[in-house]
Amino acid sequence: MSAEAHYTRYHPQWYRRRVSVWWWLQSWRYTKFVLRELTSVFVAFFAVITLWQLRALVDGPQAYTQFVRGLKSSPLVAVHGVAFLFVLFHSISWFHLAPKAMVMRLRGKRVPDWVIVGLNYFAWLIASGTIAWLLLRG
Amino acid sequence: MTGGKTPFLWTLFSAGGTLAALLFPVHLFLSGLAFPLGWLEAPSHDSLLNLVQHPLTRLYLFFLISLPLFHWAHRFRYTLYDGLKLKHLTTLIAVLCYGCALIGTVVTAYTLWNVP
Amino acid sequence: MGSREKLPPTVTLAVTRYRPEEESEPTLQTYEAPYRKDWVVLDALNYIKDKVDGSLSFRWSCRMGVCGSCGMMVNGEPKLTCAAFLSDYLPGPIRVEPLQFFPIVRDLVVDMTDFLHKLKKVKPWVVREEERPLSEGEYRQTPEQLDIYKQFSMCINCMLCYAACPIYGLEPGFVGPAAIALAQRYNLDSRDIGAQERLDILSGKDGIWECTFVGECTKVCPKNVDPAGAIQQYKLTGAAHWFKSVLLPWGRK
Repeated sequence: MSAEAHYTRYHPQWYRRRVSVWWWLQSWRYTKFVLRELTSVFVAFFAVITLWQLRALVDGPQAYTQFVRGLKSSPLVAVHGVAFLFVLFHSISWFHLAPKAMVMRLRGKRVPDWVIVGLNYFAWLIASGTIAWLLLRG
Repeated sequence: MTGGKTPFLWTLFSAGGTLAALLFPVHLFLSGLAFPLGWLEAPSHDSLLNLVQHPLTRLYLFFLISLPLFHWAHRFRYTLYDGLKLKHLTTLIAVLCYGCALIGTVVTAYTLWNVP
Repeated sequence: MGSREKLPPTVTLAVTRYRPEEESEPTLQTYEAPYRKDWVVLDALNYIKDKVDGSLSFRWSCRMGVCGSCGMMVNGEPKLTCAAFLSDYLPGPIRVEPLQFFPIVRDLVVDMTDFLHKLKKVKPWVVREEERPLSEGEYRQTPEQLDIYKQFSMCINCMLCYAACPIYGLEPGFVGPAAIALAQRYNLDSRDIGAQERLDILSGKDGIWECTFVGECTKVCPKNVDPAGAIQQYKLTGAAHWFKSVLLPWGRK
């Protein structure tokens, strides 16, 4: 490790505990953090699936029908189910962390966190509704 | 190096995270669960293609796919560093993560460009 | 059992002992302390030191959450022991350990030199072009200007946030939550002009970009400083500066 911490030197008898590779299993808070970070794997998975679907769509009706049939296989449905839960976890944790990074001030006062979180949920609702409408209007 | 490109990569991470948070649940629910399981009627090939032919849809899809890929690259890179204590492989991990995201972005751009 | 119930109720504490002249690794020693409804962990430790074992070492001072010296791990969580009520940890035993990720000097005492170095590194003072003579009066600030940084100025340097931060544990070089929050406290001060100097230091290695927003620092902070928020806001500033310096190369020296 290149980074050296500054400790008072010449105290060889001071006890330093090394952090275990499994540090994130030692407390539920840390495990939850690592799970939150791992939502990114499912985000990437769905981005790739979307790209794949796009390519099938461009390749013509036959390729697309085959792709859609593939989506109906039970293992892929199961993976999508799990991915959906992780992506939801990503959305919710992202919205709740947003006000920490984004500080908005209105008339000299900081806008309360719940307002920013609420705006995120509102945007989520509108965006989801619009996309569903575009895809379902037939 | 850390100070160099990190702010840019972090911006991509944030933008991708926001896009994924807002848009992925509905897309994933529809195309991964509701359509395959027959809960809702899936749009036909022609109507979808019609939608994708619109330049705005293509722009939308480009960001919808590429930015979340960079979101993953950045986040997963740090998860590997911290979760598995792999900081000594920093260059290899960074090249692999951002490299994959870059390849995905190029393929997306190429595909969208060639929509009939 | 019957005879025990007549005794005043007690609580068991499992306390880290580390006597470098005797042992090469810390051990846990259990003590019994009387249980009182209004006692905190620090009261129990002081009882043990006064009545049971005078050799137990720990830091404390004010007993009222202001001095920031009695931080320890209570049942694995960083806490000010003067604010950790025994009643919240019943029936026990209560595990009391030194703040994690710091070298242990003795028993519950950790070495804080590293933190003090980092604190100094971020220039936690008002940087000015030129000091005005006293005769010209004070540097005035409106309540709104004060409000912008006030939260970050509440830090008491108790280092609980460092003990909560796995990144600090993994990367001992990381400047860490409290120091970055204090840097931000001065960046946001209308009387200060040191923001650029601090950004140069903190956007480099071991600075803000090491943070992955675990968020635990904010949860354990006894003063609601929100270091995690400070770091994310700082990242936003850092990113904005990066774009400015790339798009307007002539804008920066």
